[in-house]
Amino acid sequence: MHALADLVLPTADAEIWRYSRIADLDITAFEIQPGSCEVTGDESFITLDAEADETIATPDVFAEYNAGHQRTVDIAVPANTAVPEPIVIEHRAESGSAVFPRTVIRLGAHASCTVIERFRSADDAASLVVPVLAVDAGPGSSVTYLAVNDLNESSWQIGHQLIAAGRDSSVRLSTITLGGHYTRVRTEATSKETGSEIEQVALYFAGGDQMHDFRVIQNHVAEHTSSDLLFKGAVQDRARSVYTGMIAIEEAAKGTSANQTNRNLTLSEGAWAESVPNLDIRNNDVRCSHASTVGPIDEEHRYYLESRGVPPEVAERLVVLGFFDEVLNRLPDGDIVDEVRERVARKLSIGVAS
Amino acid sequence: MSVLEISGLHAEVAGTEILRGVDLRLESGEVHAVMGPNGAGKSTLSAVIMGRPGYTVTAGSVTLDGTDILSLSTWERAAAGVHLIMQYPTEVPGVSLVDALSEALQHRGRDTSGLFDLMKAEADRIGFEHRFLDRPLNVDFSGGEKKRNETLQLAVLRPRFAILDELDSGLDIDALRDCSRRVEELSNDADNPLGVLAITHYSRLLNELHPDHIHILVKGQIVTSGGAELAGVIERDGYAAFTGDVEEVVEEPAPSSLDDLFKM
Repeated sequence: MHALADLVLPTADAEIWRYSRIADLDITAFEIQPGSCEVTGDESFITLDAEADETIATPDVFAEYNAGHQRTVDIAVPANTAVPEPIVIEHRAESGSAVFPRTVIRLGAHASCTVIERFRSADDAASLVVPVLAVDAGPGSSVTYLAVNDLNESSWQIGHQLIAAGRDSSVRLSTITLGGHYTRVRTEATSKETGSEIEQVALYFAGGDQMHDFRVIQNHVAEHTSSDLLFKGAVQDRARSVYTGMIAIEEAAKGTSANQTNRNLTLSEGAWAESVPNLDIRNNDVRCSHASTVGPIDEEHRYYLESRGVPPEVAERLVVLGFFDEVLNRLPDGDIVDEVRERVARKLSIGVAS
Repeated sequence: MSVLEISGLHAEVAGTEILRGVDLRLESGEVHAVMGPNGAGKSTLSAVIMGRPGYTVTAGSVTLDGTDILSLSTWERAAAGVHLIMQYPTEVPGVSLVDALSEALQHRGRDTSGLFDLMKAEADRIGFEHRFLDRPLNVDFSGGEKKRNETLQLAVLRPRFAILDELDSGLDIDALRDCSRRVEELSNDADNPLGVLAITHYSRLLNELHPDHIHILVKGQIVTSGGAELAGVIERDGYAAFTGDVEEVVEEPAPSSLDDLFKM
């Protein structure tokens, strides 16, 4: 059961896989391994290698394989408990491995915690990382989650995030994606109970032959819920990115507020970004907005800085970092902001022939 | 002493000739005003001197102390000592004034230690609040704040020449006074007197900034030059007396940016 060779890959004909690189994935190149991860944080809330929770949904074949091969880090915070320090999970994918990490975060009523999960490669060779994140935020709880993808540029990530926000809970999800040959995250964020708030921000920057691919649903089931999404990405060289988002508001979800903003910078002529925001609204008493842009750096921004005596490549760096500032300002962890700014600046191949 | 010299300058935008032979000579410490009606080519003149994309010089030259600056890129012109105060300063999201000035100084080979203190001191001189110094450039600034911001940059960068493109548009009289006064002080600086080319439609600016020379630009040519008294003529009679000198009416071409739209 669940040998990789048996995995029937989806095709790009399915809308959810449209534009993706799924056709290029050679699944036989990888071997299933338990993978290694290091967890730091207050051990009283953390269970390693917990039993698989069968109730966690498996929306596609990759999630099914995750269910079959998962290694779960289970984080359970009891009611009225605040975990003071962030819990940090670090994955290191070995060459040739297919790994299925799973992180389950459950918060009791009025509990709170911050979880940071980093995905790295052990070396320069390809690996396949299929992570699942499941968050169940209890009434009045507050959870902050940050995923940082630093995989090497030959690796694949096909991830799922399943979020359920309980009554008056607050869920903040953030994503930094700089790595991977193909990095995909599919997020289903469900505002399950009244008064819940979900915020999602992402920064992604693909260069060379990388592709970053995000599929997001802001699913409002209960009334008087709110969600706010801000995804900002850049592509350069021959890189590609996809954002497809859906605000889905069910009939019962009156008084809901939902925003979806996706902005993309195309920094090279050969780079390509797709942005497809969608709305599916089944209640009239809602406030929804969506915005989406794809385009090069604004010439006016560049000219303004150059007219102060800032050379073009520096102007471009300032503008790109400025573009990401809005996301960086909303990251949970102050330390990572400087790191990400520096790495984005270093990654920029302005002036370098591509 | 430095000299900025514009000779026989012709320029076009989208195939339409806007400047049709402009001659001007500025020296350090001089304040010149170029005045003219809408469509005269005033903003084109500032854009061409600074090298804004979309403008093509078809003839003539602009030299700074004998060096042809038209062959330089925009940032090199700025670094060489020609500064533009924009009519509608661009909002640059996420890029702070202090970062922009720090880069601008570093690439002039100048010291940036004490930059923030200098910025604060300059801000105090022109009534610009300190909270704007590390905020994104011009984003959500009022008209007056934008022009104060521009003036602060001028005072920190200390170029040899400044082109003020409609400094007097979009701000109240207090801000105009603060900015004009600082520009005038810089032009009177004993060590490094700033040469000023103030481009304006209205004589209001000239009540604050006292030019030594006034030039009337009509349809891409300077039709009259004189002293401060010319401002009075325009105040009284408008541009009618000058516009008859050139035969046909040339409209500015379709705007290429929001800035140009607001100008119309």
